[in-house]
Amino acid sequence: MTMQNDAYNFAYLDEQTKRMIRRAILKGLAIPGYQVPFASREMPMPYGWGTGGVQVSAAVLTPEDTFKVIDQGADDTTNAVSIRTFFERTAGVATTTTTRNATVIQTRHRIPEEPLTEGQILVYQVPIPEPLRFLEPRESETRKMHSLEEYGLMHVKLYEDIARHGHIATSYAYPVKVEGRYVMDPSPIPKFDNPKLGNMAAIQLFGAGREQRIYALPPYTQVVSLDFEDHPFVASKADHPCGMCGAEDSYLDEVIIDDAGGRMFVCSDTDYCEGRQTAGHKGKDAA
Amino acid sequence: MQADTLSGGFSDPARQSAHAFRSVREALGRPGTIQDISGARPPAPLSSAAGAALLTLCDTETPVYLAGNHDCDAVRAWLAFHTGAPPTGPTDCMFAIGTWAALGPLSAYPIGTSEYPDRAATLIVECPSLTTAGATLTGPGIQTSAALSLPELTAFQSNHALFPLGLDFIFTSGTRLAALPRSTVVTQEGAF
Repeated sequence: MTMQNDAYNFAYLDEQTKRMIRRAILKGLAIPGYQVPFASREMPMPYGWGTGGVQVSAAVLTPEDTFKVIDQGADDTTNAVSIRTFFERTAGVATTTTTRNATVIQTRHRIPEEPLTEGQILVYQVPIPEPLRFLEPRESETRKMHSLEEYGLMHVKLYEDIARHGHIATSYAYPVKVEGRYVMDPSPIPKFDNPKLGNMAAIQLFGAGREQRIYALPPYTQVVSLDFEDHPFVASKADHPCGMCGAEDSYLDEVIIDDAGGRMFVCSDTDYCEGRQTAGHKGKDAA
Repeated sequence: MQADTLSGGFSDPARQSAHAFRSVREALGRPGTIQDISGARPPAPLSSAAGAALLTLCDTETPVYLAGNHDCDAVRAWLAFHTGAPPTGPTDCMFAIGTWAALGPLSAYPIGTSEYPDRAATLIVECPSLTTAGATLTGPGIQTSAALSLPELTAFQSNHALFPLGLDFIFTSGTRLAALPRSTVVTQEGAF
């Protein structure tokens, strides 16, 4: 609290900007998976560092919230630390690294391993919100494709994966269909996290600052990863237990530990891993 | 009258609107739940909940339609002073406020376009009371099913049929509010 800087409005953004973002969030919740254009502001951090997520967090935070930020699952990376400090200073909110104690969680490219609850909000940082963008560069065309539900091109892309690699090689930012209507980019989360998108108890909000789009998944929304009958979606992960906590159900990062080809696999979700280690679980690489 | 116009807004806009938005967002994100919302003391016939919602969401960029008895000098002056929202008719409003009877017919409001379904009006419906009983609601935001006292059924069913186009509704009564986005499937009580 002593760190709070009173020179800024609560949560940094001015009230008119927050109203504009809040209106976009409401329309996003009313039309799950549809990308609502919004007048994204310059933020005191570069594009690609979560300017969209930060603006959404600023619009949803209340003074009583407890805020957590993860970057690829970790609470202690530069991006996570700087955004957490940003809101400590400008909003005076309490912060935490413990998933279950947080009411608002801003994330870059992961969904926490621990299931989220009804009192929580998950805010994603999104680099490219348009799932069709790399297939069709024109916004006028992708907008038309969404309006006509013309998603054949996306299936062609997944099919070409199979033709080239024998399986769907897309491993992150894996496209999903929301409530049988909009195809949505879940942000570059690993496809391991895709099954958690649907039927989640928490509200999920997606902010793309540079691309000026906000979209949302209300709780308990139906989200289906695109696939084929003969090539069903598989939520894959590295086929190892975590080296530190021994977890076999969590998403793993591969860490190179020497220059002789040595490596270890550890949970990408640092809070989950630490929680398990505290509870006495030990992996084969734990000291 | 002048004192009424100048008072009744948020005394701490940043924090009060953050709380009010949390209520609106929870209501719209979880249709069928009833949320408390406070902070506004608007002139009659505007309810406290509707006043707080307007203060939280409206400004000079959002044309507002005041329907029926809500289109009075006291409300116009209060809304103009606290939000600056330009008053307008139903055809080009972003927000509309009134009783269910005064707001109709719904065909007058913008429902968005197929490429921009977000460009649709949000109707704030002042209700005598709100209870979690009545029409059965299913859809996004609802785990199995929910119930909400709606002023009628068919209007919301035909609105949902327009999805992804359509209107979104906020129901207000006193200091409480509920919401019904266009994505919600509305059926008769006990039909689920």
